[in-house]
Amino acid sequence: MRKLIVGLFIAILPALGLAAGPSVELDTMEPDHTNKESLQRGAALFTNYCMGCHSMEYARYKRVSDDLGIPQELYEENLIFTGAKIGELMKNSMSKDMAADWFGAPPPDLTLESRLRGEDWIYSYLRGFYKDDTRPLGVNNVVFDNVGMPHVMADLQGLCAVEPRIGEGASVDPLSGDVRNADTCPQWETEGSMSPAEFNSAMYDLTNFMSYMGDPVKVERERLGMFALIFVAIFFIFAYLLNREYWKDVH
Amino acid sequence: MNKLVNWVDERLPIVEAWNKHLGKYYAPKNFNMWYFFGSLAMLVLVNQLITGIWLTMSYNPSGEGAFASVEYIMRDVEWGWLLRYLHSTGASAFFVVVYLHMFRGLMYGSYQKPRELIWIFGMLIYLVLMAEAFMGYLLPWGQMSYWGAQVIVNLFGAIPVIGDDLSLWIRGDYLISGITLNRFFALHVVALPIVLLGLVVLHILALHEVGSNNPDGIDIKKNKDENGVPKDGIPFHPYYTVHDLMGVGVFFFIFFIVVFFFPEMGGLFLEKPNFEPANPLKTPDHIAPVWYFTPFYAMLRAVTVDLFGLDAKFWGVVVMGGAIAILFVLPWLDRSPVRSMRYKGWLSKIALAIFAVSFVILGYLGIVPATEGRTIVAQILTTLYFLYFILMPFYTRMEKTKPVPERVTG
Repeated sequence: MRKLIVGLFIAILPALGLAAGPSVELDTMEPDHTNKESLQRGAALFTNYCMGCHSMEYARYKRVSDDLGIPQELYEENLIFTGAKIGELMKNSMSKDMAADWFGAPPPDLTLESRLRGEDWIYSYLRGFYKDDTRPLGVNNVVFDNVGMPHVMADLQGLCAVEPRIGEGASVDPLSGDVRNADTCPQWETEGSMSPAEFNSAMYDLTNFMSYMGDPVKVERERLGMFALIFVAIFFIFAYLLNREYWKDVH
Repeated sequence: MNKLVNWVDERLPIVEAWNKHLGKYYAPKNFNMWYFFGSLAMLVLVNQLITGIWLTMSYNPSGEGAFASVEYIMRDVEWGWLLRYLHSTGASAFFVVVYLHMFRGLMYGSYQKPRELIWIFGMLIYLVLMAEAFMGYLLPWGQMSYWGAQVIVNLFGAIPVIGDDLSLWIRGDYLISGITLNRFFALHVVALPIVLLGLVVLHILALHEVGSNNPDGIDIKKNKDENGVPKDGIPFHPYYTVHDLMGVGVFFFIFFIVVFFFPEMGGLFLEKPNFEPANPLKTPDHIAPVWYFTPFYAMLRAVTVDLFGLDAKFWGVVVMGGAIAILFVLPWLDRSPVRSMRYKGWLSKIALAIFAVSFVILGYLGIVPATEGRTIVAQILTTLYFLYFILMPFYTRMEKTKPVPERVTG
């Protein structure tokens, strides 16, 4: 039996550790879908700063309100700007054609962005804007060169005059919420309303929310997974004993 | 109950069928862990059929609705995420167990006379399975679904004269479109599963006609007791049914770890670009097929020279097709007097080891982007892959084999 387990593991071994690496250095971000306060703050940030342009059209408001523990009335009052009903999909009111005119390409839907690019990428990208007068919107991004998106959170972060240092170890400790190595910008063009540490923490929340949106069933899935594994383990004990009983008379 | 069985049996030979295939089907008693994978393949097939039927109930096979309907299944359908992950992980698990099942056949000479037809049916199953997996991968209508299909269907375009018309005929359009999606859906959920099930029945009927091989490669029917029962045989039911139950337990344990905790398997079972809807105007940076096709994809890319006025791409397709086709004639390439690797000489053992290692490394090379160095490695390994087969008639005959025992060992 041990041979079988080892055999199966060897069989899937080449499957591990082959994820394509990113071309730029990124900061690490460990999402935590059980941290509802963080997800709620992230939902507020997303709705206020992102949803004007980016939809989350594969998800429904009600699911977010249920999963994050935000009362429905509160959610409808503060987090739905389009007049949609709570059971509807999280679309926005920007027309794709006009958006393409304004930005060169329509802003992508972000429901699955965390699964497409990964949390590290989003967390780094959100903090990677800097002043670049050669670009039409006056900003560029170290993670996404020649980005077509403006720095929508410049009032919170401020605007960095030079390329910020991303991938040099700034990260949020998911347990304490402390930010290590926070200030990525050596020289500010304009200051924002948040300190670098506060902004990093806010971007952690926003990334965490997007991570949740990409895979909303993760917590429940892993919880059920433990039961499934326990069930299979108990099943195996019975199968093993049954097999031993029958094979007693095979010589 | 007995009366009911008799009533049916007078009209349909169910007792005879039960005995022939289970109750009095005598299997060698020395099966080892490699013999779990046949029944596990059946288990995964059932998993694919059941989850597939339920996925079909909520899936929308159209260019406009396919991607959104998969997310609808993942988010709004009760247990939809579980059905989908069982199905997507099941596809990869199918190939894992089938590859191990095939390796078992190579190791113990299970394709040798009189089991040539079993091997051929098995190879046909493998071929249909590849078509089934390829067409199924288009259905989520993500970027990798789309561009993977584009690349593979374009391969037919490399065939001289008829190529372009052929790939046009397969797509039903000038590029992969909703029309292609619709026909792939029909083939994936109706046509190919029917063929697959038919082939599985033939595979098993042919097996039960001649009997199972075993790790010693001994014909257990040569040694029967006074009742005509092979001395080294035991009835499949109950001995191997309870035995396989243990295998099912171990398999599900590993399978569920993936389904519940790593459904994307680090981008191997569900590739990251597939979380973006198909976009004919935007080519992904790096197009890679799913892992179970990558050994053949690496062989395709390994061919870089034009020959006889024909494109290298055409010869790549020939090499890729040949790599699968040559497996069909394996029973006639092996000239060894013994079946099992246990009694073959060291040449066969080394050849099989080189073959297996080449196949795995080719699989890796098919996943990562090609570089000059990697292409050279792929060329060497492709040559080794073919040499395993081409030289087989020689090394299996010239090597010194060990004597095969009369009765099965442990």
